[in-house]
Amino acid sequence: MIYQGKAWKFGDDVDTDAIIPARYLNTSDPKELAKHCMEDADPEFMQKMRVGDIIVADKNFGCGSSREHAPMAIKAAGIACVVAATFARIFYRNAFNTGLPILEAGEAAAEIKSGDELRIDTMTGRIENLTTGKTYQAKPIPPFMQELIDDGGLMAHISKKSKTS
Amino acid sequence: MAMTITEKILAAHAGCDEVRPGQLIEARVDVALANDVTAPIAIAEFEQLGIEKVFDPDRVILVPDHFTPNKDINSAEQAKVVRDFSRRQQLTNYFEQGRVGIEHVLLPEQGLVLPGDLIIGADSHTCTYGALGAFATGVGSTDLAAAMATGKAWFKVPESIKLVYHGTPGPWVEGKDLILYTIGRLGVDGALYQSMEMQGEAIEKLPMYGRFTMANMAIEAGAKNGIITPDEITLDYVRERSTRDYHLFFSDPGAEYVYEMDIDVSRIKPQVAFPSLPENSRAVAAAVEQGITLDQVVIGSCTNGRIEDLRLAAKVLQGKKVAPYLRLIVIPGTQAIYLQAVREGLVEIFVEAGAVFSTPTCGPCLGGHMGILAAGEKALATTNRNFVGRMGHPESEVYLSNPAVAAASAVLGRIASPEEVVS
Repeated sequence: MIYQGKAWKFGDDVDTDAIIPARYLNTSDPKELAKHCMEDADPEFMQKMRVGDIIVADKNFGCGSSREHAPMAIKAAGIACVVAATFARIFYRNAFNTGLPILEAGEAAAEIKSGDELRIDTMTGRIENLTTGKTYQAKPIPPFMQELIDDGGLMAHISKKSKTS
Repeated sequence: MAMTITEKILAAHAGCDEVRPGQLIEARVDVALANDVTAPIAIAEFEQLGIEKVFDPDRVILVPDHFTPNKDINSAEQAKVVRDFSRRQQLTNYFEQGRVGIEHVLLPEQGLVLPGDLIIGADSHTCTYGALGAFATGVGSTDLAAAMATGKAWFKVPESIKLVYHGTPGPWVEGKDLILYTIGRLGVDGALYQSMEMQGEAIEKLPMYGRFTMANMAIEAGAKNGIITPDEITLDYVRERSTRDYHLFFSDPGAEYVYEMDIDVSRIKPQVAFPSLPENSRAVAAAVEQGITLDQVVIGSCTNGRIEDLRLAAKVLQGKKVAPYLRLIVIPGTQAIYLQAVREGLVEIFVEAGAVFSTPTCGPCLGGHMGILAAGEKALATTNRNFVGRMGHPESEVYLSNPAVAAASAVLGRIASPEEVVS
């Protein structure tokens, strides 16, 4: 998939409480969760962002809780994909399982600024900063994760496996 | 080929003779766990699969502990989803309010997680069970739903790091201080994707409750799991509780570690983690020096809600009063601990001191209920995370410590060392 949108830049260690505060976890409705996406990192984020925009962050994005509500909220908010220097382990898994495209790209994360226009090819991992003209290469998605994506997420992957076995 | 304890447990559950770091495996899970926040999504995913029954009604464990007793209508609806599913699936281990406890205190207490097990839970602090010599890790709801259906999960075998603790801890130094200090050294992503193997003479002498505290916070260094070699202390804990057979695994001499770190516990003072990351840990003296006044103190959680933690707090609070305008909230981890605290007279000490004594719940730890902070307020908690907004308003602040430091601070109304209160 190719996504084009505006970057919103965040720093190191953006935790899942910042992505979706636990006070809103008394529902698992993605639309309700999306209203509070990134609220404790930037209270005005949802007013400022547009559907198709891209979150860019430094190291350890999504650290903390195992809540799948975090990638769900980001996806339901309309964020096209997340680029970070590194992702916390559980968030990384959850993003693939819920179908939120994520890319690890240290140099891109360090250089991209809020407001930059990006074009991202999630298949090749190529990240173009249309504002500065610079291009970056994300780490390739591991083949097993790619298989999950191709099957349409973990549950679809399991369904497919149970039918073929 | 020499393997670590983590590699051995993963290999045994994947049906392989050996596994290597980086290898992708599909492994059998002994327990699949979720709570009232994460189970509703897992249940919805499970039901979409069109599979009628969970893989094993004894091994899918649902613990509604986060927003219970139901804090509002939405939470009640979520708890109801969990209850209805548990009834429909006839789950052996569903815990209703009044019997429920904080999941990571409850499961070991009930003998439902055991040495050598492979446990996944839709809760990041599932890594607590590594204290028993089990492989336990947090996953999301979708991974959990898949395991509920198939009894299996996929894993990338993690690399291991070895943390060797030696020396004798000084006064008021607990498992909490060792792990806060360790996270301070490693950073919140210092063990990202890795297994933290904790060993050495100081761990061999550490009682089970301190081991649970340490394994519990492995995730705060980004680790996939934390694990402690099982020994006589483990077996004494497990023997009287186990609900089924279990196996002991040990790292081989010559097993590979990315690196080893030596930690001299005799040099570690009681720690306080400053806002807003657990890695901001410093000796309590640094906080005392700054004169940090507090609005609330919370003693409890899956990190420090065990009977020994409450005894420690009671020892400091005995005959003392909570400072004016400060709320002290004490939360036992389970109903059994609650009852034990009543029988031992601990509850009397807490209530006479002017504390709130609550039913078991995760409540304030994640800013759910039972002690939410207003803007500008400061709390000291024995919990595991001090992220921005973790216990309430995004402009509130959370500090982390052991129960003795928390109790002393509740008495003096500012972050304090236990020595200032107990002679």
